Amino acid sequence: MRNAIIIDSKDNVIVAIEPIAKGETVTYLCGDQEKTLTARQDIIIYHKLAARDIAAGEPVVKYGEHIGVATADIQAGEHVHEHNVEGRRENLDEKV
Amino acid sequence: MTFYGYRRPDGRVGVRNKVLILPASVCASDTTRIISQQVVGSVTFNNQLGCSQVASDQQFTMDVMAGYAANPNIYGTVVVSLGCENCQMDLVVKAIRERTNKPIKQVIIQEAGGTLKAVDIAVRYAKEMVEQASLLQKEEFPISELIIGTECGGSDPTSGLAANVLIGQLSDLIVEAGGTSILSETTEFIGAEHILARRAATPEVRERIFDIVHRYEKALQLVGEEVREGNPAPGNKAGGITTLEEKSLGCIHKGGHTPVMEVYDYAKQVEAKKGLVIMDTPGNDPSSVAAMVAGGAQVVVFSTGRGSPTGNPIAPVIKITGNRITFANMEDNIDVDASPLIYGGDLKQMGDALLQLVQEVASGRQTKAESLGYTEMAIARVCNFV
Repeated sequence: MRNAIIIDSKDNVIVAIEPIAKGETVTYLCGDQEKTLTARQDIIIYHKLAARDIAAGEPVVKYGEHIGVATADIQAGEHVHEHNVEGRRENLDEKV
Repeated sequence: MTFYGYRRPDGRVGVRNKVLILPASVCASDTTRIISQQVVGSVTFNNQLGCSQVASDQQFTMDVMAGYAANPNIYGTVVVSLGCENCQMDLVVKAIRERTNKPIKQVIIQEAGGTLKAVDIAVRYAKEMVEQASLLQKEEFPISELIIGTECGGSDPTSGLAANVLIGQLSDLIVEAGGTSILSETTEFIGAEHILARRAATPEVRERIFDIVHRYEKALQLVGEEVREGNPAPGNKAGGITTLEEKSLGCIHKGGHTPVMEVYDYAKQVEAKKGLVIMDTPGNDPSSVAAMVAGGAQVVVFSTGRGSPTGNPIAPVIKITGNRITFANMEDNIDVDASPLIYGGDLKQMGDALLQLVQEVASGRQTKAESLGYTEMAIARVCNFV
């Protein structure tokens, strides 16, 4: 059963669309390819988890855009939230 | 595609037919409550402002008052002032007259001789206006006459995944049909403003989008604060939204995919048949909804992840959630369950169904916020009282 989704193929986080327990297989569709990984923690429904390893200082990407910066090394399958991400104001005037 | 509404003498079309008892200031607000309680068919609100304000701050209040009276859901307005406030009766009436030629009556409490005499005069004015309003027959109009206000409140990750996506689909349909859709909440453009700016119809609109975002951030910095201190709110975070940028990227889905044709300041008059436009409003829901309704929105579509009962005294508010748990938990407050979109639902089909609901609501169908009597609202501030 698919229990997560990726919003944009550039994203390094996915969204749980069912409650996911630690150790459970996380399954999501990226393009037409089904991908799986193992949840390293319990994930509350609609919270994020890392789709791949994210190094501290690396941008966290959702909707294909930066939503913040990793404040710690995050492993694939880990819960991604306030404890390991912080928002960072970027100058977006130049991104147009 | 049509709806049945009320033709106003200024050429606009309303979807409700109420008489507004308008308090010019906080000092008239209890009086308008007493008046409105006695007149079935009238509405009022609690205006906490209207006095002791600097010019730019007072302008927001004046624009909401004038815009509410001019909103086509209102047949006519009884303005009630205390008499000594900054928002003087003649200024309020002038501001309304600049937007509409609909009926206006005036009662100044200090000149009438106190509460009981003012209430007596105002109730009689209002009753007569309601009677006149009741004689109006509905007529059929194209949905291009609609100005839709879009809002999100108590967001969670499902807002950006489903509810706001569905509102965006509605926005595209309204624009395609020739109407106007308003995207609001400037604080929730932060981190996503470049995406909106890319969709600006002209270089001027592009500049304005960046300008309202930077202006908002700077205004908070002037008092030593940062916008992200209170945003995302605790409920947003509990739901799974981590940063303001993430919230914004979900929020702007409400604007669909069409070009941004114009950027309006808070509560200014919005043009009908204009396509997608932006209004510079706070993320705070009641004050953002108030500004769009003052701008002329006849119907508001409002997404919520955590669950919100918010309504408005003048415009029906349609509630949509993308969270199936919230829908089950607060079905009494929420009109539409958009959660199937997360689990493989068809966006086109659900968009068409939402447009159908908007047509029904425009033709008189009560929303849940209306049936429960929700009319809370707020007016944005520039700074403290003087």
